[in-house]
This record gives sequence, C-alpha cells and structure tokens, in this order.
Amino acid sequence: MRWRNTGTGLLWISPWIVGFACFTILPLALGVWYSMTDWTLLEAPIPVGTENYERLLGDQVVHVALWNTLLYIVITIPLLTVASIALAILLSRPARFQALWRVAVFAPSVLPLVALATIFKLMYDGELGVVNRGLDAVGVQGPEWFASETWAMVAIILMNLWVVGPAMVIYLASLRDVPRDLNEAASIDGVTWWGRLVHVTLPMISPVILFNVIIGLINAAQVFVVPYIMTGGGPNRGTYFWSMYVYDAAFRYGDMGYASTLGIVQFLAILLLTIGLLLVGRRFVFYRGAMP
Amino acid sequence: MSLAMTSPTRTGRGVLYLALALCALVAIFPVLYMGMISLQPAEQAMSDAGMLLPASPASAASDGAANYGSVLTDGTVNFPLYFRNTLVIALLSVTGVVVSSVIVAYGFARVSWRGRQCCFIVMLATMMIPFPVVMVPLFVIFRSLGWIGTFLPLWVPAWFGSAFSIFLLRQFYMTIPRELDDAARLDGCGHMGILLRILVPLSLPALLVVALLHFMFVWNDFLGPLVFLTHRDQYTLALGLELYMSRLGTTPWNLLMAASTIMVAPVLLLFLLAQRSFIEGISTSGTKG
Repeated sequence: MRWRNTGTGLLWISPWIVGFACFTILPLALGVWYSMTDWTLLEAPIPVGTENYERLLGDQVVHVALWNTLLYIVITIPLLTVASIALAILLSRPARFQALWRVAVFAPSVLPLVALATIFKLMYDGELGVVNRGLDAVGVQGPEWFASETWAMVAIILMNLWVVGPAMVIYLASLRDVPRDLNEAASIDGVTWWGRLVHVTLPMISPVILFNVIIGLINAAQVFVVPYIMTGGGPNRGTYFWSMYVYDAAFRYGDMGYASTLGIVQFLAILLLTIGLLLVGRRFVFYRGAMP
Repeated sequence: MSLAMTSPTRTGRGVLYLALALCALVAIFPVLYMGMISLQPAEQAMSDAGMLLPASPASAASDGAANYGSVLTDGTVNFPLYFRNTLVIALLSVTGVVVSSVIVAYGFARVSWRGRQCCFIVMLATMMIPFPVVMVPLFVIFRSLGWIGTFLPLWVPAWFGSAFSIFLLRQFYMTIPRELDDAARLDGCGHMGILLRILVPLSLPALLVVALLHFMFVWNDFLGPLVFLTHRDQYTLALGLELYMSRLGTTPWNLLMAASTIMVAPVLLLFLLAQRSFIEGISTSGTKG
C-alpha cells in the first residue's frame, strides 16, 4: 500500500523534483566540473585539474574578499541578533497602537534593497547626508563614510539594522509562546527583569535564536546588492565581498572556470559553517521537549 | 507580554511609548527622507540648506511634479517600460509559484508515502543554497537554451515550485482537519478533487501570503536580472534604478529619490494593505519549522 502510494507521492511532488534537478543539482554538478576547467565561453572548456583551486589559494583578491566577508558576518550577526531580540521584546509589551508600531518597524524590510541602498547612499553622503548633519548637530565631526575602508564597512553593516523585520517577527512569535507562569514564578521569587530575560526567556527561545542565526549567516555570506550599489566594493576593495568576486570573475572578466571555483568554495564554506553552528548550537539550545 | 513589568508605573509607560515612537520613527525615516527629497528642486537637494522639508506645500507639488515627470520621461532610462517589465515577470512568476506549490505541498501534506519526510528535509535544505553559488552554471545552462536576454530565466523556474512557498502551504494544509478529506473521498473525490474542493478554498489566506511574499521577492530581485538580462529595453526597475544612478552620477539626488519612490511605492502599498497576513506568514516560517 505504502509502496503504491510512493508513486502517487512522487507524482505530486514531481514539479519540485524536476526543478530541483534542473536548477539546483545540475548547476551544482556543472559548477564542480567547470571549476576544474579553464573556460572563457569562447571555446570548449579545457580541463585543468585543480589549477583553479591552487590559484585561489594565492589570489590576493580572494584574501581580501574572504576577510571582508568574514568580518561582515562576524559583526553583523551578533548586531542583528541583539537588535532584533530587543525590538521584539519592546514590541511584545502590551501597548496601544501595537500593530502600528510593528508595521512601522517592519516596513523598511520590505523595501527593495537597491532602493534602500540608494537612500542610504544619500544619507551617508559626507556633505549632504542627514547622518553627518545629525552628528554635526551634536558636535561630532562625521567621517567621509565612503572614502575610508573602515567607515564604508561600518556604513554597510549599520544599514542592516533597517532590515531586521523578518527575524524580529519570528522572535515576536516565539516570545508569545514562552509560558507566562514561568516568568511569573521567577518574578515572585524576586528574580530581576534582567535575570528573567537571561535565565527564562532567552533559553526558552533559544531554538529560534539558532534558526535566525543560521538564516542570518546564509544571508550575510552572500551579501551583494548593498555594497554593489553603495560603494561598488571600494574604496580600495575595502567593501569587496565574496559574491562580488564571483560576479566579476564570471561576467566582468569572463573567467567562467575560476568563477565556478569561487562559487563552489562559497557553497562548501557556508555548508561547513552551518553544520558547525548546528553542532555548537545543540549544546546551548534548550528544547522544550526535553524538559523534565 | 512575557517580560511585562510587574507594576507598570506612569514613568514606565512613558518610557515604553517614547522607545516605541523613537524606534518607529527611526525605522521609517529613510522612507520619509526619500519622499521629502523627491519633492525638492535640485538646488535645495544639493545645497546644505533645509534638507528635510520642502519650502512650502505648493513648491513641493510643483517641484515634485517636475522631478517625477523628469524621471518618467528620461530619454535613456525608460522607467514606465521597466515598470511594465517588472510587473510582467512578477505576474508570470507568482502564478507559477502558486500553481506549482499548491500541487507539491499536497504531495507533502496529504499523500503518505515512503521517503516523504526525507524529501521534505532535502527540500528545506535547498533553501540554504545561495544564488551566487549557482548563478554561473545557471547562466551557462540558460545560455545554451538561448534564454539569456529574455525574461524566461526569471520566471520559468518559479513554475517548479519554490521551497519556501511549498513549506508555508504544507504547514497550512496540515492544520486543515483530515476528516474533511475523508468526507470528500466518500463523496467520490480523488486527490485532485480533495485538493481543489477542500484544501485550496480553505487555504486562500495562505495562498495570498505565498503570492505576496513571492511578488515582493521578484520585485526586489537585483542579482537575477543583472545576470540574465542583457538588453536595456528588458530591464526591471531594480536594474533601471542602478542604470539611472550610474548614468547621472549621484548628483541629482532629488531625481534619484523620485525614481526610488516609484520603485518602492507598489511594495510598500501592498505591505500596508496586507501587513497582517504578511507578518503572520513570516513568523510561521520560523516557529513551526
């Protein structure tokens, strides 16, 4: 019976299977093959073995892109995690016009990144931008944001605070599921607000934190649009990220073989980081099913 | 709720509302800023005089009309055409995602078969593969099909289901009582009948969420069109905005902000109209996974 159903089941999900084979498996397999060739789209690919991978190890641009991407991941994820949990806690307080506050905080997250990056490019503008004018008003001389590698990176990272919406609403939903009596019991026992946050609320929502951190990692590891629009990777490749190199290698330099190598390495790195996070996370995450 | 203060004092309430108002204002500030600059004449947008508010409502109206008119009638960057292109791609793509995901989600929710769980997990895992990883081989595949420089790469894959939409719909189907299926089966319905007469009518809110989220994804996508489109007259709004910026340089900010507003307005409007189902759809993805 179940075996006969297998045919039916596979038939129902067959659109996905075909799509998965054509748009995921096939590209990955071809990517592995191209990564071992020298290919500029003009002639047939020439097999070169592991030459591209060796070239990658010594490539200065790879070093820069790797460093920038790692730096971006390492700063962005904690920043976004703290910001989105804090906002979720704030927005979970009973208050009037609750829907209004939530919609306002979520709104910038639905904007096209191209448009958001364009707006922020103006906001960060050294002379005209509202950021430096605000700093001016409180007596701080703002930097020329896009003239320094460090400040350009800071600018890109800070812009992420405006797209915390999805993570925030997921935290919001998970806060609703924290049993009230746990917090009330702790409160009666004289545990402070901070103590309840650290010892009750955060452990209760830790599986969701792990989920959001993994999604955040995957998003951060492929960052492209915002630096492409805001800085073009500059100054001095100071905001040049891995995905930009994949794009440039393929579509600017026409080096499909090397671009595929960069893509495959990116895939493996994200895979390993995700598995690592899951393993580390298992030790810290508290699953309610395991409650005595 | 869970961290509610034990005795909300007056100051406590005050601080709460102050924090809420501040966060809301900071969050929507970029949008307000964009709108304000788009209503200013070039001299004001480019000088360091009053950057925020237009001089008067009347001047805002006339300068706004001039700015938006100039954006919409630009000789090189054809925004009305890009608007239409984006809409065409989005509609084809959204239709595809809804139709295919409705079917595939049924296979995951209502047919019990060997390997179902395994396939479902594999499908969830595919959500984790970033586009840049597969974009080079995909470009090669589409190139050999002769699809580069057409809309096809941007909407055909959607007709094979998107993992996220399938997941959302499957979660929703699971909440619909199976007794309804059994009743329909007694009345002589097959799988297709159960899907079309029971599950689809009952899951319209979820279908709306799937359609909305996918519409926004397509509308906002930049890298896909950047890689797959070649001719200027096929550009989407995302590419058009970038082209406009690189052609004009960053100096006429009032025009750039007007162009951004044109791109932002439809998604913002859709979000405001459907914010409730929208936010619920996203929280489903994180808490019921």
